[in-house]
Amino acid sequence: MKLAHWMYAGPAHIGTLRVASSFKNVHAIMHAPLGDDYFNVMRSMLERERNFTPATASIVDRHVLARGSRKRVVDNILRKDKEEGPDLIILTPTCTSSILQEDLKNFVDRASIISDCNVIFADVDHYQVNEIQAADRTLEQVVRYYLEKSHRQETLDQFVTDAPSVNIIGILTLGFHNRHDCRELRRLLKDLDIRINQIIPEGGSVEDPKNLPKARFNLIPYREVGLMTAMYLNKEFGMPYVSTTPMGAVDMAECIRQIKKYVDTLAAPILSSKRVDYESYIDGQTRFVSQAAWFSRSIDCQNFTGKETVVFGDATHAASITKILAREMGIRVSCTGTYCKHDAEWFKEQIKDFCDEIIITDDHAEVGDIIARVEPSAIFGTQMERHIGKRLEIPCGVISAPAHIQNFSLGYRPFLGYEGTNQIADPVYNSFALGMEDHLLEIFCGHDTKEIMTKSLSTDMSLIWDPESRLELNRIPRFVRDEVKRNTEKFARRKGISNVTVEVMHAAKEALST
Amino acid sequence: MPAKIDETITFECETGNYHTFCPISCVSWLYQKIEDSFFLVVGTKTCGYFLQNALGVMIFAEPRYAMAELEEGDISAHLNDYEELKTLCIRIKKDRDPSVIIWIGTCTTEIIKMDLEGMAPKLEYEIGVPILVARANGLDYAFTQGEDTVLAVMAHRCPEQEFPVGESKKTITKTNLFPFPFLKEKKLVEYANHPPLVIFGSLPSNLVSQLNTELRRQFIKVSGWLPAQRYADLPSLGDGVYVCGVNPFLSRTATTLIRRKKCELIVAPFPIGPDGTRAWIEKICPVFGIETQSLEEREERIWESLKDYLDLVRGKSVFLMGDNLLEISLARFLIRCGMIVYEIGIPYMDKRYQAAELALLQDTCIRMCIPIPRIVEKPDNSNQIRRMRELQPDLAITGMAHANPLGARGIGTKWSVEFTFAQIHGFANARDVLELVTRPLRRNENLDNLDRTTLVRNKNEFYTSTPTPR
Repeated sequence: MKLAHWMYAGPAHIGTLRVASSFKNVHAIMHAPLGDDYFNVMRSMLERERNFTPATASIVDRHVLARGSRKRVVDNILRKDKEEGPDLIILTPTCTSSILQEDLKNFVDRASIISDCNVIFADVDHYQVNEIQAADRTLEQVVRYYLEKSHRQETLDQFVTDAPSVNIIGILTLGFHNRHDCRELRRLLKDLDIRINQIIPEGGSVEDPKNLPKARFNLIPYREVGLMTAMYLNKEFGMPYVSTTPMGAVDMAECIRQIKKYVDTLAAPILSSKRVDYESYIDGQTRFVSQAAWFSRSIDCQNFTGKETVVFGDATHAASITKILAREMGIRVSCTGTYCKHDAEWFKEQIKDFCDEIIITDDHAEVGDIIARVEPSAIFGTQMERHIGKRLEIPCGVISAPAHIQNFSLGYRPFLGYEGTNQIADPVYNSFALGMEDHLLEIFCGHDTKEIMTKSLSTDMSLIWDPESRLELNRIPRFVRDEVKRNTEKFARRKGISNVTVEVMHAAKEALST
Repeated sequence: MPAKIDETITFECETGNYHTFCPISCVSWLYQKIEDSFFLVVGTKTCGYFLQNALGVMIFAEPRYAMAELEEGDISAHLNDYEELKTLCIRIKKDRDPSVIIWIGTCTTEIIKMDLEGMAPKLEYEIGVPILVARANGLDYAFTQGEDTVLAVMAHRCPEQEFPVGESKKTITKTNLFPFPFLKEKKLVEYANHPPLVIFGSLPSNLVSQLNTELRRQFIKVSGWLPAQRYADLPSLGDGVYVCGVNPFLSRTATTLIRRKKCELIVAPFPIGPDGTRAWIEKICPVFGIETQSLEEREERIWESLKDYLDLVRGKSVFLMGDNLLEISLARFLIRCGMIVYEIGIPYMDKRYQAAELALLQDTCIRMCIPIPRIVEKPDNSNQIRRMRELQPDLAITGMAHANPLGARGIGTKWSVEFTFAQIHGFANARDVLELVTRPLRRNENLDNLDRTTLVRNKNEFYTSTPTPR
């Protein structure tokens, strides 16, 4: 047992549900007690999703505990099959139901005999893996299922396209800036004249996986979700993959060069409509289209040299941001870390030359301690680090999940691609600039050096609040307290009352409505 | 000619799949209410992640709650539960020094049959901090019933009421008090001589004092509240103590108070809305032989002040999908405001505890000439959405999983959760409740001239989540 306040990654079934609800025409059924289906709320509220979330709970209650879930689960699967007509239903347990050790796989088999759609059981160990690993695994499971099915039915089209083409694997619902990143990647690939074969799972149909092998190679923008699928496709169909995250100018160049390598060796470039000169593309974008490279050389950014930061997040984003800060902006990264413990080796390898200290942990208190010790000028982390920053009065930019509603912006804010370099440069600048502004204010002792004589509007009549009413006032939440105080005093003056009691407060509240 | 009114209330039970919050969510308001408490939720990552998302920003203020996260060793019983919990509780005692630690059992602890009730007394003795065990799990309860389980357990720790010999209830002659609200004179309020009255239900302290004041005007003294602001201030209970609840989801607490603590329960409608508040007071007073004073005028005055909002809602229809167990009281209030309620979904209904509220609902329907709404226990959300598609209500009161999608399809929606956290009790807050209810109607009126009531493409079926039917 451990005492936990906050977790960076959610439980396994969230990962499975994210994959399931990213596909079109897939419905997920959770075998769970009441209240475990908060995923629907998260998706509806954070993504401002207009459609009903395609996930239903098959409720586990005492009745189910006594009699077993088979009937209810199978009934629910068949019912959703009839009502919603999906192509695929994924059944997933949650932590609670996985203890019941019911043979959910068996229920799935029974249901699929009768149902029109396919039914899969999400095979994930809830006590071993977290949200991220579960998403990766479920995606691979779905892809594998359909490819094997196609293979059996001999509908597998393995003829690779002539013109260069790519699959993008790993764009997910509730992913950190995933939608914007996807748009940016489309733009990039269009510029490079590479056709996009499939994007899974976001917006993809489960009819799509069987066409995956048609592409020349796979692009995995985020290490956390998609790698397992890429490795499977590599093993079974010999498809190569590019997993260098295209974030930051240097890694963008690296990523594009890797893409070039596969395009040159695998596809006949003369079949593309225009000859793309990759090197000059990279050069042009880096120096002129993206503003970030120029930004790092501009005058006021000189002040960042030598400033210290702490970076923390998922492996992909923490590593990329560390490299950007260190090699593209000349900012010193005192400490960088990730909560993706299973990817620690890769992470350390990536950033070992770019920071002083490395921390691999999922305990937010440890991260807080390090930040308090280092006292950086800015933090780049998750929402948790932002709050640590608020407490310690250090500005913080959010660069990774777990995120909040503010990070699901309506505006276009990719982190990947050349536009992404701009989007990253802005919060970096703002975080430091804010720190400097505060610093200047401190040097010059704040806005106003003249003492403020009276804090409130003074009137002729002074009101006395008796001790009981003062206590009552203090119980009112801070953000309405002033309003309540003003309203009560106004009422009291109007009625000619000089002594404010609790009853006067209540009367004032009621009088508000008249 | 009014249509024939169906005069009996019928209950259905769909035993369907519906969405509500896990009962452990009660921690989010209870830890704030009971200032010297610490809540330890014994559960898994799922529970923790839920609370993290539900509490949002509040987690960062270092609240007096934590998760005891069960890992694989705990589930497979390789680790000693007692020792694990002891380590955690010692740390909590050191860091926070609470007056009470409340263990919240979850679905997981139910299934692995962790003997929390067996371990708590031992550990309490060892570390010297009272430990209560509340089984607020989703297998048995829904959302606000979490508070019910905690209060039921807390009732056992209330001290025994001591009565002086020869106590009886008497009324005093009414003293001459200036009618409210002209409080020019500060007079010592005299109370009637009546047996102790304890109110149960967790409300913010300013609401507590408002309701206390209401009762004081009727010369009734409230001897305590369960829960109190501090654990150390728990009210005395026992034979001869009268108890009354403020919320409809507290049936277990009521049962515990009657059976185990031998109190007398006053069954009343709940003080939500001016009609409910009046009915609540009107049920309490006669028990002590007190005649109510000027309640009718109070209520009338409030209704008058709400005229502008009432005009907005009159005749509009509403559908409550159901998740926080406040539905019957809310529906009754809305009907009294002149709205039509098609259906009331509710996770669980204790007909005896809500008897007075149900009777008031019936009376209100007859009075307003509105057919009695359909009451569905354990509703099925998909079926409800289908019914809403046919009925096309003006307003749907629903949880956050369905609010946005329904809104995108042109139905005004209101988050039901807001009613749980807003202040809806008492006379003074009637306007606030209507403010919540009318907000979607007012907002949509403002937006209407944009001429876009439905924000989904035609081929998106109303109730399915898949965009293209097969």
